[in-house]
Amino acid sequence: MSEPAAVAKATMFPRFGSDLKSKALLGAVIVLAILYPILDSNASHVSSAADAGVFVLLALGLNIVVGYAGLLDLGYAAFFAIGSYAYGFLASPRFGIHLAFWLMLPIAGIIAAIFGIILGAPTLRLRGDYLAIVTLGFGEIVPVIFLNADKYTNGPNGINALDPPVVGSYNFGHNPLPYYFVVLFLIALIVIIIRRLRDSPLGRAWMAIREDEVAAAAMGIDTVKTKLFAFAIGASFSGIGGVVYSSKLGLVTPDNFRFSTSAFILSMVVLGGMGNIPGVILGAVILFELQSLILTQMTIWSHQLGAFTHIGFLDQLDFVNLKFLLYGLALVLMMLFRPEGLLPSARRRMELHATPEVAASESQELYDVSTEAQSA
Amino acid sequence: MSALLEAKQIVKQFGGLRAVNDVSLTIEHGQVFGLIGPNGAGKTTFFNVITGLFPPTSGELLFDGRSIIGLKPHQIVDRGIARTFQNIRLFANMSALENVLVGQHVRLRFNPVEAVLKLPAFVHQEQRAAERALDLLSLVGLRGKADELARNLPYGDQRRLEIARALATDPKMLLLDEPTAGMNPQESRELTDFIRHLRHELDLTVLLIEHDMKVVMGVSDVVAVLDYGEKIAEGPPAAIQSNERVIEAYLGRGIEGLMLEDETPGAA
Repeated sequence: MSEPAAVAKATMFPRFGSDLKSKALLGAVIVLAILYPILDSNASHVSSAADAGVFVLLALGLNIVVGYAGLLDLGYAAFFAIGSYAYGFLASPRFGIHLAFWLMLPIAGIIAAIFGIILGAPTLRLRGDYLAIVTLGFGEIVPVIFLNADKYTNGPNGINALDPPVVGSYNFGHNPLPYYFVVLFLIALIVIIIRRLRDSPLGRAWMAIREDEVAAAAMGIDTVKTKLFAFAIGASFSGIGGVVYSSKLGLVTPDNFRFSTSAFILSMVVLGGMGNIPGVILGAVILFELQSLILTQMTIWSHQLGAFTHIGFLDQLDFVNLKFLLYGLALVLMMLFRPEGLLPSARRRMELHATPEVAASESQELYDVSTEAQSA
Repeated sequence: MSALLEAKQIVKQFGGLRAVNDVSLTIEHGQVFGLIGPNGAGKTTFFNVITGLFPPTSGELLFDGRSIIGLKPHQIVDRGIARTFQNIRLFANMSALENVLVGQHVRLRFNPVEAVLKLPAFVHQEQRAAERALDLLSLVGLRGKADELARNLPYGDQRRLEIARALATDPKMLLLDEPTAGMNPQESRELTDFIRHLRHELDLTVLLIEHDMKVVMGVSDVVAVLDYGEKIAEGPPAAIQSNERVIEAYLGRGIEGLMLEDETPGAA
């Protein structure tokens, strides 16, 4: 290989540690993920791991929008809802349509991407806070529509008896194991897609827009189209996640997709390390398992301790109900002590640990941009 | 020589302020055209109008014989106009190489399917793009700093990286907004030589905003002067240097200045 290509490669994949070391680590994680259901035979744990995997898909999708393109999307759960309801409409007795799960994965991805574009087209001219507000609104409107269009969606009760996936004559039913492997496969596929897009002209354009939108436009990037791409791709992964999630649950109701879900996914991205794929995956797994395993377990322990010591307070404590308080606390602590996330991208770490001098010039730049934006 | 850029009666109004007022310029193919004027004269606004960041309030812009009014900035880049910024606007958290790669954006074909499947056509294009980026970095003397983040480069290097990034768009015309601002005399001289080199080797037309008179007068074929948004003079550097209205614009109007009232604009 010629030397320039080698340099280019080194530049486009900034990695800490040796290549061999990170490959070994990656291999170990993959093997562990595949063996996990064998090591842990508790079906509810496997089930929760499969759900965590769905949230990994969601977080990876949101990471494209927030981490790569730098667009704050506070209504991302809307696309999750759209994917879930697409499955509810097209694979249940509700309308007597029974499309196959495998066919629905790409279809829901495409439907969600279309909605991503519909939302994005009029709003992506907005910047920063304004975009966040509009996406927040969209995120609220979508579940409300599903709630109130009860002629089609069965209102608050939702659509039930969704078709479980079928392979040949094998029906997934309520067994979490096959779902776990489907999710694992989808994560692997989507990680490959994201990595390759990131290292393409599109990925560079996303980062350029995140860095400086005016300069990106002046360097020949069609900013609207590039941002729409980010929205559409991010939304499509969310739609795919919705299909897996709702088919596993066998039910889709509007209250799974409120703002708290969007905030939950965003926390995963921020906590794990915006813009870094392993970080985002880690953040999603930790936050999800914290909710479904650790807090539940802590509640049980606390109740046992309460019964044992006869302290009524411990008996009543429910850590699951306190989850938002705990996330909030975790986020505040992270922002104070490790703003770049658990596993940051090398780029971001440097960005957030800049010398005060650089930081000052940065904020000056922000000021320049905002005043220019106002005058424009 | 033929006209590459023709600006006809360009007006740019911000609320009550006419930042650019009825400016007409013709820039010939292969020229180095200097644009000078006191602070706030509308030079950068004029750049922003040409590059599509601000659409003009009225007027006509022809580039290579075709109108570029109403085009988006990226479409104008595609037509062949590239620029640098007065207050450096690199992609700070991207490497020098990546900055130049972004500059090539309009010249690269992108097909998501090819990228995801890593088809040979895509891989070759990426390799060629990286090689070209490295060539451009060599041209501006930053070959050894390809992997440095733009933010970590010294000031002079950042200015040169901005030029490399603009050249990566493969322009016919390069707009440089105060390229020597903050440079020492030695660096300014090098940059002047570099602009000459670009013009001869790459057959580029250059439109230059510059405060350093040594640089402008040394490198430009024609110099135009803006003051309060209006063009008050245009001509070869020597004529501009002795033009009364220009001196007046820069140094203020003395008592004698009042007697120059009826002097026609563009005396040169």
